[in-house]
Amino acid sequence: MTGSTLDSAKTSLNYHHSDEVQATAHAEHHDFRVLGIIVFLVAEGMIFLGLFMAYLTFRSVSPTWPPEGTPKLELLLPGINTVILISSSFVIHNADTAIKKNDTKGLRLWFGVTAAMGAIFLAGQLYEYFHLEFGLTTNLFASTFYVLTGFHGLHVLFGLMLILGVLWRSLKPNHYSSTAHFGVEAAEVYWHFVDVVWVILFLMLYIL
Amino acid sequence: MTQAAQYQEKANLLAHGSEPENNWRQYFGFSTDHKVIGIQYLVTTFIFYLVGGVLATLVRTELATPESDFVSREVYNSLFTVHATVMIFLWIVPAATGGFGNYLVPLMIGARDMAFPRLNAIAFWIIPPAGILLMSSFLVGAPGSGWTSYPPLSLISGKAGEMIWILSVLMLGTSSILAAVNFIVTIVKMRIPGMGFNQMPLFCWAMLATSFLALVATPVLAGALILLSFDLIVGTNFFNPTGGGDPVVYQHMFWFYSHPAVYIMILPVFGMISEIVSVHSRKPIFGYKAIAYSSIAICGLGLIVWAHHMFTSGTPPWLRMFFMITSMIIAVPTGIKVFSWLATIWGGKLRLESPLLFAMGFISLFVIGGISGVMVASVPWDIHVHDTYFIVAHLHYVLFGGSVFGLYAAFYHWFPKITGKMLNDTWGKLHFALSYVGFNLAFMPMHKLGIEGMNRRIAEYDPKFAALNLLCTIGAYLLAVSTLPFLVNVCWSWAYGKPASDNPWGALTLEWMTTSPPPVENFEADPVLATGPYDYGMGSRATQVNVPFSDPHSPGLSAGPSSTLRAKADPVVAAMPSDRQGESNNR
Amino acid sequence: MNIPSQIVTLLAGIILTLVSLWYGQNHHLLPIAASEVAPLVDSLFDTMMVIGTGIFLLVNGILIYSVIKFRRDPNDDTDGPPVHGNIPLEIVWTAIPAVIVLGLSIYSFDVYQAEGGQDPMDHSVAHHGKNHTQMAKMSGAAVAAPLIADSQGVDATPLMSEDLPPKQEAPALGTVSPKVGDSTKPTEFVVNAAGMQYAWLFTYPDTEVVAGELHVPINRNVLINISANDVIHAFWVPEFRLKQDAVPGRQTEVRFVANRLGEYPLICAELCGAYHGAMKTKIVVESQADFDTWLQTQIASAEVGLDRAIATTPATLTEVEYLAPYAKEIGVTAGVLQQLQPAAAKSVHAPSIS
Repeated sequence: MTGSTLDSAKTSLNYHHSDEVQATAHAEHHDFRVLGIIVFLVAEGMIFLGLFMAYLTFRSVSPTWPPEGTPKLELLLPGINTVILISSSFVIHNADTAIKKNDTKGLRLWFGVTAAMGAIFLAGQLYEYFHLEFGLTTNLFASTFYVLTGFHGLHVLFGLMLILGVLWRSLKPNHYSSTAHFGVEAAEVYWHFVDVVWVILFLMLYIL
Repeated sequence: MTQAAQYQEKANLLAHGSEPENNWRQYFGFSTDHKVIGIQYLVTTFIFYLVGGVLATLVRTELATPESDFVSREVYNSLFTVHATVMIFLWIVPAATGGFGNYLVPLMIGARDMAFPRLNAIAFWIIPPAGILLMSSFLVGAPGSGWTSYPPLSLISGKAGEMIWILSVLMLGTSSILAAVNFIVTIVKMRIPGMGFNQMPLFCWAMLATSFLALVATPVLAGALILLSFDLIVGTNFFNPTGGGDPVVYQHMFWFYSHPAVYIMILPVFGMISEIVSVHSRKPIFGYKAIAYSSIAICGLGLIVWAHHMFTSGTPPWLRMFFMITSMIIAVPTGIKVFSWLATIWGGKLRLESPLLFAMGFISLFVIGGISGVMVASVPWDIHVHDTYFIVAHLHYVLFGGSVFGLYAAFYHWFPKITGKMLNDTWGKLHFALSYVGFNLAFMPMHKLGIEGMNRRIAEYDPKFAALNLLCTIGAYLLAVSTLPFLVNVCWSWAYGKPASDNPWGALTLEWMTTSPPPVENFEADPVLATGPYDYGMGSRATQVNVPFSDPHSPGLSAGPSSTLRAKADPVVAAMPSDRQGESNNR
Repeated sequence: MNIPSQIVTLLAGIILTLVSLWYGQNHHLLPIAASEVAPLVDSLFDTMMVIGTGIFLLVNGILIYSVIKFRRDPNDDTDGPPVHGNIPLEIVWTAIPAVIVLGLSIYSFDVYQAEGGQDPMDHSVAHHGKNHTQMAKMSGAAVAAPLIADSQGVDATPLMSEDLPPKQEAPALGTVSPKVGDSTKPTEFVVNAAGMQYAWLFTYPDTEVVAGELHVPINRNVLINISANDVIHAFWVPEFRLKQDAVPGRQTEVRFVANRLGEYPLICAELCGAYHGAMKTKIVVESQADFDTWLQTQIASAEVGLDRAIATTPATLTEVEYLAPYAKEIGVTAGVLQQLQPAAAKSVHAPSIS
């Protein structure tokens, strides 16, 4: 166990490790929280995956799809919505870049813009719901349409809340900094997830 | 005390904390201490186990005679539905993952708590309301369409009960997902330095695989239940054929979770058995890597076998063949584990006390469930025995003979650590004998019943099956009675039992390197790995040292992992994985 | 006497093999085999029993031997030998089970093939050709059905097109109308079975006879077209080793050749509600002559229009009537028949899907 020469590389590495563990073993450690969010999003993704597979199966076992008498879906509004949501992912990334430079104003600006875009998306979604000619129980297509978009809409709403929450907190001076901005990262990761799900959803429901 | 254990303990003397103050109120509140949460899980789930046991006893009482004469048919259906739901979602899953997982994982990896303590507490506190909700369904007409809840039957039998069932299972699923997130992050990120993945105790490997399964599979069940509840409440037609829906889609989504659920229930127990067998045989675990990686293999394969529950339902032939082959292949990693445990026992110095007895009981019963499992994986045979008592027998051999015997072994093994008191071994042996005999009496005859033509989930049956059914019922009563010695033993020992030392079994894993019960943050100083988790019999090869193993003030001067005193580590016991030789070396 | 350990091991191995082989053939667990495929399934099970018994004895033998041989001396505080593993041994116990399960897979596949489970290439052709004959046979039933229904004053709209929209096959995504049995052989005899809570209703398409129990002639290729009207049921004849779910909205098939005279239970094997346990009837395998006689009787009684044998719904019986379902031949009064009629009419129409 005792030796003659010192292995400085190893010891410094060890010190580093043990410091990290010492620090992180006590309650708050934001590194893990972002990882936790990502792991949790795997689970969220699996719910959507399950629902998508159910949709595809319903589609392929039904003799006609969408069932006869289903009015064709309007593409314009959801198309615009899609563009808005996809762009918002790039917008929110600017906020992340801003806070990494300690630019709280930039963070507020870009989060504000993202929140506005999210709100427009939700409003567009609601507008579409009210102007569709079929209801939740009209037929199998209608049901899957409402449940899939509705479940996604709930996620958008939750993401919007997160963003607004971060905005609110960013009003406090020095709440977020280039080194401590878990909330910002969490909201961003979640928003990207919601975005990716929408792209698949859009392709499946409107295009396919 | 053996040399390896002495060596490991000596290295960790500083890790010992002061006795925790005993404040019983914290066990009823929102505590974020993983040990408190672990005990909360264990006690809560055991209470639900007793409830599920009462339901099972009622079911067997009805089946003592061929006629439907004890309860009404509707109530009978509710009894077995709630029995299965309770046993799966409120006992085995939360007890094995939430209970022992929470208590042991941080201790075993040398962490002070889980990665997200508050999330952990939330995950636990979802369980009691969900369980009480499920029980309350008996007031409005409990769900009676089986724990599988296949539509369209589940859509046309009692709506209120069915909705309560869905809500309750959704809540329990959420709890399970949150716990899984916590375990994955904890195990991946919070191991003490020097503990690579291949120095982790096997229970941690098992928990990692289990958590991954829970994380990936549970959401799909949630998806299915969301759709089912829309059908139930709003009147959509996802699974209702009258409106163009397809019930087979529900079956796919349900089993995509519910088959992996079997592995969620058995993998942690595999992990516990690996620990217990090695400690009580006083031998290193045979084939550490094989056991560890076979957990991962089971986890991966477990996700692609679900349709073997649907061989008689609407699955195309290619799918039946594919799922038959994957289901059979799962027997290989499972076999590796069983043979490795046998090889661990072989030539050991067996301490034949309750933990090892239950662990050996586990192996002997689980192997029967495994054999009948391979049989039912075979499509032609499954077409004959699907939905019969053969399946009932098979699943109980896996989940009771397997999971529950394993959980009992774990209770006997870790009770001294959790409470600081020893359990009485004589009562433990009585408990073992009664359970083993009662279990086999209750479930062995069911194989024959099923093959001969008794289908499951029936309140009345052909009188030609009466004799064997009576035998099953007697066995079930014996099994019910067998719980009493355990309850008495636990209650009495917790209050008046012989105090346990820190490491009564002479084990090497880190949970034994602190006080029994451990202090609030588990270890005063970070524990160190002086030996691997299973290096029994290797103490004699260790070099004696005259420096302290760890010293929180000047770690560089200690012999632990941060040591600056050495250039080349002893290959036998080195803390850094890269310096180690032999079985546990992977880097 | 001191016997070398290799010899003891060898002897133990031989004894274990012999016991397994013997028990695998003599377990007396299986019911009578009454269909052509049953012996195939049985020998598959026997094989699995041989292997299973061997593994069971091996594992439990090692456990018991260890308990006796390796129990710790109470005064001995030392550890056992530090054996960490043995790679060749581990390879052996990975490879042998792998070979066993692959062998079992191939064997099972073979039996499944013989049962007629899988003919992916053949399927479409054989199936379509067969479907035409089936359609032709059924058209009689379809024409006759309104007559039956009308005579009872019930609207005779076909069920499948109205209440239960039929599903397409989606083999790639894993939901199809399940079939079991050899569809390559020409079908010689067709019966339509409709499952409902809580009875089976069998329609003989050629003669429009509706019965609550299934009569089939011996040694003929029988096709049962199964449909369900309310929830999922399953058609199971333990003596035939065949089971098939009846899924609402899909028409499923069972094909078999019964080769042993006798009466066998026909059981619903999928939970279908409170009276699931009572949803059973019998299948009677009889000679062609006996079958014809029975059919004539049925036709005659149908013409009389009264005491037609039909399955009963236990829910409509009182508790007392219900308690002896096994002793009692399922017979029905006109009143019960009346209640059952919608279902009966539906079942007659069900097969017109192709």
